[in-house]
Amino acid sequence: MPETLLQVQDLAVSYGPIQALRGCSIEVRPREAVAVIGANGAGKTTLLKALSNLVPAKSGQVLFRGEPLGTRGPHRLARDGMLHIPEGRGVLGTMSVLENLRLSYDIRPAKLSFAVALEEVFACFPRLSERRTQKAGSMSGGEQQMLALARALINPPDVLLLDEPSLGLSPRMVKEAYRILRMFRDRGMAILLIEQNVHIALGFAHRGYVLRQGQVMMQGACSDLGSDPDILKHYLGTSVEAA
Amino acid sequence: MIQDYLFFTGINVLLAWSVYIILMSGSLSFANGGFMALGAYATGYLTTTYGLDLWLVIPPVALLAALFGALVSLPALRTRGVYLILVTIGISICMGVGIESSEALGGVKGMGGLVGTEPWHVFVLVGVVGLFLLIVSYTPLQRILDAVREDEYVARSLGINTTYVKVVSFGAGAALAATSGALYAHYLIFIRPEHFNVMMSLFMVLYVILGGVNNLWGAALGATIMTLAPEFIRGMAEWRPTVFGLIIILLLLVRPQGLLAFRTRTARAGTRVAKWVQGKLVPGGAAS
Repeated sequence: MPETLLQVQDLAVSYGPIQALRGCSIEVRPREAVAVIGANGAGKTTLLKALSNLVPAKSGQVLFRGEPLGTRGPHRLARDGMLHIPEGRGVLGTMSVLENLRLSYDIRPAKLSFAVALEEVFACFPRLSERRTQKAGSMSGGEQQMLALARALINPPDVLLLDEPSLGLSPRMVKEAYRILRMFRDRGMAILLIEQNVHIALGFAHRGYVLRQGQVMMQGACSDLGSDPDILKHYLGTSVEAA
Repeated sequence: MIQDYLFFTGINVLLAWSVYIILMSGSLSFANGGFMALGAYATGYLTTTYGLDLWLVIPPVALLAALFGALVSLPALRTRGVYLILVTIGISICMGVGIESSEALGGVKGMGGLVGTEPWHVFVLVGVVGLFLLIVSYTPLQRILDAVREDEYVARSLGINTTYVKVVSFGAGAALAATSGALYAHYLIFIRPEHFNVMMSLFMVLYVILGGVNNLWGAALGATIMTLAPEFIRGMAEWRPTVFGLIIILLLLVRPQGLLAFRTRTARAGTRVAKWVQGKLVPGGAAS
């Protein structure tokens, strides 16, 4: 296992004349949870999309397990062990919970059989077990987020890319989602988390990066970043308390 | 006479399925009239000019149509929604104009002397294709197609090679449309470019939309009803398009989801029916 699981080197992305990312370097080590925080429009989502090759990089490169991503399509990356759960959860609304889980299970050859993996998932998400034959689109936003997270559990990826898991959830569901994520983290799943909710993100991750206007302004252990409210306020444009 | 009705019903069911196959991966194709023309004229040219056996020429022509379909799908897949529809309409029109201006294919005068299709040939093909689609609906492939149709981006995050899935389904639909066109032409004896104009493509799509877009039965039912229903009011032949139009408006008002709208649940495909596929079939795995 190389020391760095995911290494972003000087990545730049442009949408036409607009530079969304200007030379961004971050890294995720095995078993590590990393948070990228920043205000709206800081380039957080663009960063994740570029990591999954959903948008082309203008310059710089991304190494996954020491190998450059190159032009590998998003579907290849998923099979190679990088699961991207996009903003808006990425569940298929017209399909049942079981079908959604089965599709995630089929991404890569799995260690466990589907039945066993399913049992494990339902043990963590009893709510999904009750709703297994229900259409995912007919569930509440919180339940859909649970399903999105369950996708990462049924056939665990090497690295999980998460875009705003707290978005649009009630405070209670946010808590619940992070309880699950902490479980993933403690099991050693590498997680790259994009989050607007600074407080939660810094409380969850090991290390953090502060993104502003497409550039990394600060980085360090989350405990250090969290105890530096003045600098955070300056770069995020909000105070930690307000968030 | 009754044979004719059954024959045309069978052909239209096949054509509706050719649209349905492409729709399974999320693209609405108005190019199938063009693919049908390709099949009809390519086989017709080979059987009349070179005297080749119809059954000998259908497989290579179907393959040619599949390649053609896959080829046109590549640029078409870059465009979405209504733009893709326009692109496929354009393909249909180009096909018609191309044939009209071709001396070898008879141009606007048409091509004659096409024989060899018996109605039962079509019934057999309906059975084979229907069985194939039925089997597909019980395999993980159906779930993969459903995922691509519902949300391409999510499908990709699920490790599915959406481009590959779409190109293959376009090719398969084109091959089926071309095969139907070949059978159709060799039953009609005489064909002209306007047999395969944009209206033809439009009708095929309407069969599917009226019958229901989510399963193979909808397409078959839509094609059957829309082929046979106008025959009952044969006395007023000139009213046929009007009646057709009225049925469409009525159905879309009363049942916009189509007559048969159920979607086959594929959860079983993961646990029981296709247990043998476990670990062997990874979504889009054939591409790797």
